[in-house]
Amino acid sequence: MPFRPLNLTSKFLEQSMLRVFFAFCFVVANGLTVQTAFAETPLEILAAINAEASGIPGFQGFSATRGESFFKTKHSHSLSCSTCHTENPAAQGKHSETDKLIKPLAPAVNEERFTDMKKVKKWFKRNCNDVLDRECTPQEKGDVLTYLLTVKK
Amino acid sequence: MNFSVDDCVRKYAVAGLVLAIMSVAHISEALAHGEEEHEGQKFTATNPKWKEDCGACHLAYPPKMLPAESWRAIMAGLDKHFGSNAGLDTETANEITAFLVGNADTRKYKSSNKPLLRITETRWFKSDHEEVSARSWKNPRVKKPSNCGACHTTAESGDFSERNVKIPK
Repeated sequence: MPFRPLNLTSKFLEQSMLRVFFAFCFVVANGLTVQTAFAETPLEILAAINAEASGIPGFQGFSATRGESFFKTKHSHSLSCSTCHTENPAAQGKHSETDKLIKPLAPAVNEERFTDMKKVKKWFKRNCNDVLDRECTPQEKGDVLTYLLTVKK
Repeated sequence: MNFSVDDCVRKYAVAGLVLAIMSVAHISEALAHGEEEHEGQKFTATNPKWKEDCGACHLAYPPKMLPAESWRAIMAGLDKHFGSNAGLDTETANEITAFLVGNADTRKYKSSNKPLLRITETRWFKSDHEEVSARSWKNPRVKKPSNCGACHTTAESGDFSERNVKIPK
């Protein structure tokens, strides 16, 4: 009998510890889900574009400066990447025809960007065709992504 | 003059009650109004690929806004989609077409030679927007009649009810 209150306390302690343990598991599991939500990282995407560009004779790596200039230069139809994505890739953009808002392009600001190779291919293809009337070269794509990766919050 | 705390509390309680009744009346009137006149202005049909692919460049227009033959024609001509090549992979295009056709406007229209490709050219669109002034259409914040969200503030969620319309000044 005199031990009963003590037993209760230890049971209470045990329950609290279990609760803490479950909370811990929950946080870890959540962390894992967030980690696995993206198929690729922007650096992996860049590496894939690099592998593609390496096959082209004379390739000497990517340049953020060249990428920035390409991003801001008007190509066909007086359009540039920055027409819709604005001169600041960390800012929200706006579709030049429909006014639809476009989430920021810089991975530092929008962690979803450049995390899915299929999407990256699809949108480079579509947007390059709209802006340049042709597809972009691996050099151009790599330069632009290298530039975007230098853009800070 | 006598002033008691009790009196004060009572006055505020009465005022509060009156306000509460007024707001309930207002809300139910708004609801009734919405149900009577704007039934069908809330579009609920949804599909993740439609939302993602159509909604990437413009509002993912609700399938009920056009008849099936229009959606078929639009989806068959995605490579020349209002000045842009919006071509999709076959699997995605098929899924979106099935969704659009399956939830299309089924009202009977006089058949014309060619299916309409623009929602803004349908008879219902024109008649529903009759009261919108030319000045509003020209407002740079509206820009184009296809820019639903400029006035229909809840268009993104499929809610086109009149009570959420706010024409920009």
